[in-house]
Order: sequence, then C-alpha cells, then structure tokens
Amino acid sequence: MTAKVSYESVEVGTELPAQSFPVTRATLVQYAGASGDFNPIHWNEKFAREVGLPDVIAHGMFTMAEAIRVVTDWVGDPGAVVEYGVRFTKPVVVPNDDKGVLVEVSGKVAALLDDNQVRVDLTAVSDGQKVLGMSRAVVRLA
Amino acid sequence: MALDQSFVGRTYPPTTPYEVGREKIREFAEAVGDTNPAYTDPQAAAALGHADVIAPPTFVFSITFKAAGDVVRDPQLGLDYSRVVHRDQKFAYMRPVRAGDRLTVTSTIEGIKSLAGNDIVDVRGEVHDEAGEHVVTAWTKLVARAAEEA
Repeated sequence: MTAKVSYESVEVGTELPAQSFPVTRATLVQYAGASGDFNPIHWNEKFAREVGLPDVIAHGMFTMAEAIRVVTDWVGDPGAVVEYGVRFTKPVVVPNDDKGVLVEVSGKVAALLDDNQVRVDLTAVSDGQKVLGMSRAVVRLA
Repeated sequence: MALDQSFVGRTYPPTTPYEVGREKIREFAEAVGDTNPAYTDPQAAAALGHADVIAPPTFVFSITFKAAGDVVRDPQLGLDYSRVVHRDQKFAYMRPVRAGDRLTVTSTIEGIKSLAGNDIVDVRGEVHDEAGEHVVTAWTKLVARAAEEA
C-alpha cells in the first residue's frame, strides 16, 4: 500500500481538494448495471413518485462511491482506505435532463490516529442539501 | 407489527463464492467515473503493492447487499421489503478486494428495532476469500418505513 501523502504533512483541519461530481439519468442507468441494483426508484420516474419520492433519486451507494474519491484521489492508493462509513440523510434527486445534478464533496482531516492513520470527515451536498451524514473515512498515509 | 427479536444474533450460512473479475471492476470504476489506474492497470496496481487490479472501496457492496437482502427477505422475519430504504453503510477493510478473489459473505443480524413504526434491521456481512482470509466487514442498516395510514 503506497499512499502519496505523508502522515507528517497533515494536521487536524487539513483540507482535501474538493470535487464536484455530475449525476445524470444516464449515470444512474450505468451504475445500476455495474452494481446490480435495479431498484426502479433509480430509473423509473412513475414508480419513484408512486412511493412518495419527488423524482428519480441516485443510489445512496453511488453517492458514497463518489464521496470517497475525494480521499482516494488525494491519497493515490485506494487500497489505503481502512474504514469508510456514511448515513444516507437526504436523497440526491436527479432531473430528467442532460445536465442532471451535482454532488459537491469536500473533506478535511478530523483526527490523527495511530499507525500513520487519519480520520477524514466528508461533506456531500446536492441542490443545497447535505446528502450524507456522519461520512467518515480512515486512511493510512505514508 | 413488531419484528421477531429472536432473529437478533442469527448467522446465515456463507454465500456461494463470487469471483471478482478485472472487467467487472473496470465496469464499476467506469460507472462511478473513477479513472484511478489501480482499478484497471495491473502494472499501476503492482506499483502500489497490489497483486492485481483492486476494486473501488464500495464495490464489495454489490456482493454484501445481495447477501443482506437474502437475509432480510426471510419470510419468517416479516420485514416489508417493498418499503425498505438503505439508512447507513460502513466498511472496514483488512485489505482491498482484488481481481481473482473468490469471496463469500457470512451475514449476521446484529439488531432489530422498531421506532415510530419504522422497522430497523442491522446486518453485518463478513467477507472472506477462498483461503479463508478475512477481507472486509460490511455493516448495513436497513429501514422499512412505516406504512401510511389509510
């Protein structure tokens, strides 16, 4: 495992480069196929509304996959992620157009741990709403 | 109606092995728009110390969720699966999942609660490779929302 960020170079409060991830209906169809999660709330507007959702929503696991990229892109080696957990607090609503919606993710070092590990707290926002809660990753640095 | 508490602590037999393929990892990485070469280029993965291309951190959920789904669809448990939403997800990785792994999941129901008519079920999935090595643990919290009053 070869992280490109050294433990000595970070402190509590160190900010990771923020990123914005676009999500369109096409993205969701592609993710459904790759993940095997074909729940119609992620691609069928009529079904989504029938179960009380405002529109088609992104897979929570898609949002979770995007958010950790702020960590894996920063550290270089995705294998350096030791722990990762989130709560799905609000759905990411994806309109039926070619623009879709943005998920904006930022992260900062929240704690220095033993064994060159740090805890990174992530924030994910879509359409002005926090969509993940308690989004935390532990990553082993060089 | 409250769910049967006697299911807490119940462990289910390991799933049949899921063979992790390089092309499936590539497909998943493309679907989440992640161009990290560790997912697609064995040499880049080797340069990071990995025996083959590795999977993105959330890839293993495809395997553990299917296992958890089989558990919570147990008709004796009585969960209304049509009203289930995914509330929390957590992973602890002993090592990354990599191409060539043959993974089994052993699921345990860790908790069952009812809050304001919502049924909440916690499932832990322990993922092992063919050699019996522990690869990752996945904790999945599922909530069956209360049915609306007619």
